[in-house]
Amino acid sequence: MENFQSTLGQVNIASIVIFFAFVAITLFITYWAAKKTKTTSEFYAADRSISGFQNGLALAGDYMSAASFLGIAGMVALKGYDGLIYSIGFLVGWPLVMFLIAEPLRNLGKFTFADVVAFRLKQKPVRIASSFGSLMTIIFYLIAQMVGAGSLITTLFGLPYETAILIVGVVMISYVLFGGMLATTWVQIIKACLLLGGATLLVIMTLSYFDMNPVKLIEAAAAKYSDKVLSPGGFVTNPWDAISLGIALILGTAGLPHILMRFFTVPDAKQARKSVFIATGLIGYFYILTFVIGFGAMVLVGQDVVTVFDKGGNMAALLLAESVGGQFFLGFIAAVAFATILAVVAGLTLSGASTLSHDLYVSVIKKGKADEAGEVKVARIATLFIGVLAIILGLIFKGQNVAFMVGLAFAIAASANFPSLLLSIVWKKFTTKGAVTSVITGAGLAIILIILSPTVWVDLFHYDKAIFPLKNPALVSMTASFIVGIVVSLASPEKEAQDKFEDEKLRTYLGIGAE
Amino acid sequence: MRINEERVKEIVNSAKFKDLVAKRLKFSLTLTSIMLIVYFGFILVIAFYKELLAVKIGEHITLGLPIGIGIILFAWILTGVYTRWANKSYDKSVRELRNQVLEK
Repeated sequence: MENFQSTLGQVNIASIVIFFAFVAITLFITYWAAKKTKTTSEFYAADRSISGFQNGLALAGDYMSAASFLGIAGMVALKGYDGLIYSIGFLVGWPLVMFLIAEPLRNLGKFTFADVVAFRLKQKPVRIASSFGSLMTIIFYLIAQMVGAGSLITTLFGLPYETAILIVGVVMISYVLFGGMLATTWVQIIKACLLLGGATLLVIMTLSYFDMNPVKLIEAAAAKYSDKVLSPGGFVTNPWDAISLGIALILGTAGLPHILMRFFTVPDAKQARKSVFIATGLIGYFYILTFVIGFGAMVLVGQDVVTVFDKGGNMAALLLAESVGGQFFLGFIAAVAFATILAVVAGLTLSGASTLSHDLYVSVIKKGKADEAGEVKVARIATLFIGVLAIILGLIFKGQNVAFMVGLAFAIAASANFPSLLLSIVWKKFTTKGAVTSVITGAGLAIILIILSPTVWVDLFHYDKAIFPLKNPALVSMTASFIVGIVVSLASPEKEAQDKFEDEKLRTYLGIGAE
Repeated sequence: MRINEERVKEIVNSAKFKDLVAKRLKFSLTLTSIMLIVYFGFILVIAFYKELLAVKIGEHITLGLPIGIGIILFAWILTGVYTRWANKSYDKSVRELRNQVLEK
């Protein structure tokens, strides 16, 4: 199978048909959902009608991006065990979401995580600060996804980059604009099933070459290359780097606005809990599949062939699909990757739009006194705004190396969103000034330090030596955010906020008064 | 359902509610610590004692493989442990306390 000719980049009929079928079905669902999307609770939270199991699938759909499917499979194909180390970091945040965040968040909040941070503090300053952290996370994540989408589709289908960005943008805007959270949720669910089903099928077809025994596949990889692919290589060289990245991935997961927003779609805390259990299981299963797929590509396609198509190995899973299932199966997996991108950007856009409309327009400009119809209208305008912004950013950053932006988005989520959210839930003495300074410190430091880090300063700006030593700033920016939040709160006691804490507990723990 | 305001203060200050809050906090912090220790322990082993994970347990298979896959499974099992505890023990106390505050 070595030296096989790939049809990657040529027009693939199967892929186009499957992709159009996906778009047609999801747009039909959007049409159905649009009729049920009139109120704010329907637009932002699918009227809390999503079950724990469905939300678990949708959470997994939101989290499993094309970048993690293709990127991690490629990393395993080229580096072996190091790819597994990387993927574990993405999973470990989920248990923490369950233990620390999910239930209080569901009980205290309405539509966004800023509802919880601002619950007993002064609305205006806290909402503005939280929106800043939220929007920074979403925008950097969106840029990475859009640019990845554009180049992936160009490689897969031979479409021009600009056309690809426009298709993704327009379809994704349609989902959110008309169908709100209900349509977005079902797009996530369908995408999660397609991705998990497709990856499972790919694993089964790969293992059929190895008597359905994954151990034989892994041994074949070691025999073909060296035993080194089965043990840690160069991924962790500096422990501080690894710890800082780990913090960004773990606490960042617990601070991603589009993930947190999903907890408002279920009826109560019990269903929120259940949805994390389902999501963690599915995402863990997905990473195990990706690991096998990576080794499959290493053995059946070969590292030399994989790097011909993409230096980073991003085409490994697709080449494997073609080598075990031919052109049709390649088309299927490519269409699944495309659907995956659409779903992830839809979730991000909805979350960005709700920050603009619910946190900034209603709570800050209208001081909480907006009528239902007016708010839904503003939310739709905000959707259009974020969607068009995503398209423009995708076009601006064409050809740029934006891989670091995912790490940056996680670092901001871990440093700006997570500390203020956790402190507002557990700490009685947390104050407005503490929250605002904590968010600004976290977001500001994360952005400044990543520019000075080897990731940008050396890799992108080509200076010899970085000013800040760590590749991901989360260790410093997250710690600073907590310290600033605590010190400033202690220095500026807020009696009102403390008094409300006891009553808030009833809602946090018993769900009394939860919306 | 209506919230009985007089009972709110009473419940918030009751030993039973305080006990519930303390129990949940203790349980979730314990599980959080276990997860963080396992993950960062793994990272520190890779950083300082890489050879351990390269130890062969089969012809080619290394100790690192079952450990890596094991951490993924472990993370999921922990969420299962929490869910089971919350569904069985925590929710029951929550229901009892809720009924005291809410009037049908």
